[in-house]
Amino acid sequence: MITVEKLVKDYGSHRAIDDISFSMEEGEILGFLGPNGAGKTTMMRILTCCMPSTSGRATVAGFDCLEDPLEVRRRIGYLPERVPLYDDMRVSDYLAFVAGMKGMASDLISQSVKRTAEDCGLDDVYDRRISNISRGYRQRVGLAQALLNDPEVLILDEPTVGLDPGQIKEIRGLIKNLSDRHTIILSTHILPEVSLLCSKVVIINQGKLVAMDTPENLSAQVDDSSRLMLRLGGPVDQVEEALGRVPGVINVQREESPDSDSNAFSLDFAAGQNARKDLQLLIAEKGWDLMEMRNLSASLEDVFIKLVTRED
Amino acid sequence: MNIRSIGLIYRRELGSYFSSHIAYVVIAVFLLVTGYFFYNLLASFSVISFQAQTNAMLARQANLLNINETVVRPLFGNISIVMLLMTPFLTMRLIAEERKSRTLELLRSYPVSDIDVILAKYFACMTVLLAMILPTLIYPIFLVTLGDPEVMPIATGYLGLILLGGTFIAVGLFASSITENQIVAASVSFGLLFCFWLLSYSVAFVSAGFGRFLTYIAINEHLESLAKGVLDSEDIIYYLGLIALFLFLSLRSMESKQW
Repeated sequence: MITVEKLVKDYGSHRAIDDISFSMEEGEILGFLGPNGAGKTTMMRILTCCMPSTSGRATVAGFDCLEDPLEVRRRIGYLPERVPLYDDMRVSDYLAFVAGMKGMASDLISQSVKRTAEDCGLDDVYDRRISNISRGYRQRVGLAQALLNDPEVLILDEPTVGLDPGQIKEIRGLIKNLSDRHTIILSTHILPEVSLLCSKVVIINQGKLVAMDTPENLSAQVDDSSRLMLRLGGPVDQVEEALGRVPGVINVQREESPDSDSNAFSLDFAAGQNARKDLQLLIAEKGWDLMEMRNLSASLEDVFIKLVTRED
Repeated sequence: MNIRSIGLIYRRELGSYFSSHIAYVVIAVFLLVTGYFFYNLLASFSVISFQAQTNAMLARQANLLNINETVVRPLFGNISIVMLLMTPFLTMRLIAEERKSRTLELLRSYPVSDIDVILAKYFACMTVLLAMILPTLIYPIFLVTLGDPEVMPIATGYLGLILLGGTFIAVGLFASSITENQIVAASVSFGLLFCFWLLSYSVAFVSAGFGRFLTYIAINEHLESLAKGVLDSEDIIYYLGLIALFLFLSLRSMESKQW
């Protein structure tokens, strides 16, 4: 659906995007992850044909962004960051304007605008001026204008920034619902959003592609030594020492325990070693109380920090 | 070029002129100032006519007692100066405001070509300009009712005013397309328009050939001949050419200036 090949974008002497390639299939939700200034917005502007790339190729639904910008634009819905809307217009008039701009037949506009407004929960503000509605509604108007005319591809730049937790949940629900009918690219620097929504993650940093995979695979990739969380009773120093002597355990670290009767530790195992059995025997032999034992998998946050700092 | 998108952007743009009250304010100020000019011209004309009844010397100066020469022609000159001062306020927001608020980015993500955007904005501003010039017709109507001026120079004068205004707007649109700051846009369009205006001042200090060139280039010289009632295609081509040139420059600047 979307392919990006060896894309480069220079702003003067500053290279905002440095040789990025990726592709995505129909129906995927791709998450663009990166710290602020990584090049996420630049990438989206190139894909929406707002800005030409310096070199390389980007195609959307088989049309080249440089050669056929109008064909590309016919197939995308774009929500830019900070949601620029015409503040002096009413929500209904604005959406009708956008529907017309997207080439929707005149007799379908009013019905389609109503339906989209309903889908995005805009009934309460339908006749209000955009300058008078709240941030959350603004974001929804932005999403509604992107959805009009049912584009094949949705490009959403930080769709949940600046919303309160309730609104964030709603917008995420909306996006999730859209995924069965649309191919979606969304950029964000909120990590849980990616693991919640996306089937594929592209991590970029300083304009370079750092990693691209499913959220699960990315977590696994960083998980080169598996980790275990243990909480048990008994004298803390003895326990720590004994745990460290179990074969296969390469690191024992004290963690904060939720109560005073027990001590919490996180253990790192050497790659390929499973010391769980030995740990169980040790605990049974010493007669310590076992309160909790669970695997710690690396969160996307760990992946991100690891990948991004590895670059530096 | 897509007529439908042009129509939609035109309507939105025109709506924004009136909902933001810019159009009302600019039109009101324009009419106030031009009305004051008209009153003064008419008052001095009636004083001269009155004196000519008793003063034979004065009565022989035919051009002073010609209402076309003493009221109509200077009125067009005055209106054009007020227009020069007011149009940058109309044009400064056209593209700069949308660039600043980033709505331009969203607008350009729709299947619409830049030329449609430029033309729609040009026509919307032109419509406001016509709404501004139209009420001044009351001055010549007043003259025709009470006096006996020649009508032809009034008609060609209005044609000249519209062409001149159209040129001002094209220049202002270009100035607005090169920046995201409305003050910069207004300053640049004032600067460009004054330069075009003042070129004819230098005619006396340069060689005859270059002088003729400057006179041709100067933006107001062509209005003067139209206000005399001379309908010369050269003047019309001059204005239309300048409009086309600055619309083209706006288009190029919008295409090349993509953040």
